[in-house]
Amino acid sequence: MNSGHIISADNDGKPIWKFLLREIKPKGKWLTPFNIISIPIILLGILLIAIRFWKGIGAITNLSQEIPWGLWIGFDVVTGVAFAGGAYVITFMVYILNMKKYHSIIRVTVLNGFLAYLFYAGALLLDLGRPWNVINPIIGNNFGVSSVLFLVAWHFLLYMIAQLIEFSPAIAEWLGARRARKILSGMTLAAVIFGITLSMLHQSGLGALYLMAKEKIHPLWYSEFIPILFFVSSIFAGLSMVIFEGSISHKVFSDQISDKNHKAQQGIIHGLAKICTGAMFAYFFLQVLVFVHGKHWDLLNTPMGHWYLVEMIGFVLIPMGLYFYSYRTNSVFLIRLASILTMVGVVLNRLNVTIIGFKWDMPIRYVPSWMEFVVTLTVLFTEIWIFRWVINRMPVLRESHKWIHEENKTTKTSLKQDHLRA
Amino acid sequence: MDLHRRDFFKVLGATGITLAVGKDLQAAPKGKSEVEFHGVLYDAARCKGCRGCEYDCADANNLPVPIPTKDIKGLRKPDDKHRTVVNEYKTSKGIVYAKMQCMHCNEPACGAACLTQAMTKTQEGAVIWRGDKCMGCRYCMVSCPFDIPKFEYHSPNPKIEKCTMCFETRVQKGELPACVENCPNEALMFGTRRELITEARRRIYEKPDLYYNQIYGEHEAGGTCWLYLSPVPFKEIGLNTSIQTASYPALTKGFLYTVPSVFVLVPALLLGIQQATKKDNPENESNDE
Repeated sequence: MNSGHIISADNDGKPIWKFLLREIKPKGKWLTPFNIISIPIILLGILLIAIRFWKGIGAITNLSQEIPWGLWIGFDVVTGVAFAGGAYVITFMVYILNMKKYHSIIRVTVLNGFLAYLFYAGALLLDLGRPWNVINPIIGNNFGVSSVLFLVAWHFLLYMIAQLIEFSPAIAEWLGARRARKILSGMTLAAVIFGITLSMLHQSGLGALYLMAKEKIHPLWYSEFIPILFFVSSIFAGLSMVIFEGSISHKVFSDQISDKNHKAQQGIIHGLAKICTGAMFAYFFLQVLVFVHGKHWDLLNTPMGHWYLVEMIGFVLIPMGLYFYSYRTNSVFLIRLASILTMVGVVLNRLNVTIIGFKWDMPIRYVPSWMEFVVTLTVLFTEIWIFRWVINRMPVLRESHKWIHEENKTTKTSLKQDHLRA
Repeated sequence: MDLHRRDFFKVLGATGITLAVGKDLQAAPKGKSEVEFHGVLYDAARCKGCRGCEYDCADANNLPVPIPTKDIKGLRKPDDKHRTVVNEYKTSKGIVYAKMQCMHCNEPACGAACLTQAMTKTQEGAVIWRGDKCMGCRYCMVSCPFDIPKFEYHSPNPKIEKCTMCFETRVQKGELPACVENCPNEALMFGTRRELITEARRRIYEKPDLYYNQIYGEHEAGGTCWLYLSPVPFKEIGLNTSIQTASYPALTKGFLYTVPSVFVLVPALLLGIQQATKKDNPENESNDE
């Protein structure tokens, strides 16, 4: 496809590379608190990553023959992907249920989801011992189709493409590519439907990865229902992330957001709190069923049992009640507090399955090294840098250009037909 | 599309016939149903703990020479430099030795876990690792109920180390695995799994006082190619007795089977909901697409 030609032709005749070169340069002040903290950490992280590829994974991690997966998988991948679940829930609400109210947050959520997948799946490469073979399951000479990880790997890849398509109209608007934008927005519905299906399968797939580690995970966290629990919790994990990220974005990027969308934000948060309450109730109910079914009453009064109660009551039941109370009383502050508690709960749950409850009875426990934390922070900060770069350039939070609205008015009927066909 | 009832049945019939005939015409892999796995029977009642197998294994697989017996403190496990170890256990019947290595499961969890088929079960019974396919994700280590695959954490080009039953280096050439060939006490015996189970039963039957009346590996993890006889309960010689008797790959089957149905049904459902919730009058819609 000659999209390059389309882009350069539509961008007011200017050469595209000059425009890109100008856009790549940083905008705004340099010495912000975030930059002062993040730049040294990112530089240190890059150094550590270099050491990891030079001396092996053991040089900077505390992983062992007993604990093959640590912080990079348990937190970066498994937890990070749960938080990226907001994208499929919001696209479901806007494009499938046609809830127009949430339209203003769709781009920022999809962008967030896409970057999360890009970076957390990217962090996976750091954890691979032989990353040069990573294409093997993709190019098809070695399909390990009986592997859950094979499914998850493929879904990551396909879902990233789907999210890129969902987000691509914003890129086209940034580049001023009118025709490309029209074609790309026509593909949105197909990408959304495909993306939701993929998300359902790999959110649960991440839990299914641990099904074979039956005796290794503490019985309070292991059950055949891990996949369903992971899927349901990704709904409110993702939405809590949307609430949390939204409240930060509205402060940091307030100059980009129109008054109309500023006012709409409260209604959106309110609606999301309601959905979170429902999803968390379903999740809690499922957890209770799984617990009763597992007949583990005797385990409750052990240290791990107490820890289990902390997770279930302190970080599922209480934030659920808080969400319920705060949307009844219409308190934005409490909704934000509930979102933070919920996110802590999801982190706890994922780490309990992947790290804390994994070989819980071993005499020597795995504690991540400080270097593992630095690399994790590096991944996180780099993602935020890219996020900020995109927000400051593309119409993500701010309204689209005028020409978009004019074009939409004239071509609305044809666009709609595109949607239908897709 | 305009499809008449009669045409539909024609197509359906043709498809059905093609499917039915197609199956018959396909060349079935010869003898696939008659595959008999080979394995090793380890008899802890015969093992004198000389650790000769450790040295032979290191020699055959180019691994560092194991440490001398006087330097051993406590129980050891196989690691990235040792594919097998022999431990000494103080049991209810005095000192008993037990060799540890990969059990070569009939349905290996590591093989089901591997997304590149680097870890694979051969027709002969050995579970082997292929470096040109492995991407080092270590999911095999997470999945293996016996904790056998080991990873070289301190190498930029790390390998997974585990017993391969000397498949590529010896068994394929018609030789015995190094440990079996050199065992001076005949504690190790190579053969088909069926032969080994018969032999193990015979030993238990002939000397019921000597043996604990069970063959470890006959049912564990869905059956393994390495089988153990012991004078004491297996727990006393460090074998994992909490292993389930069903195969481990079966644990993920349920999940994997739902994938195709989700892939077909959910998009259809989503499209249906989308069409149903769409407003009929496009003029009312906001235009911020």
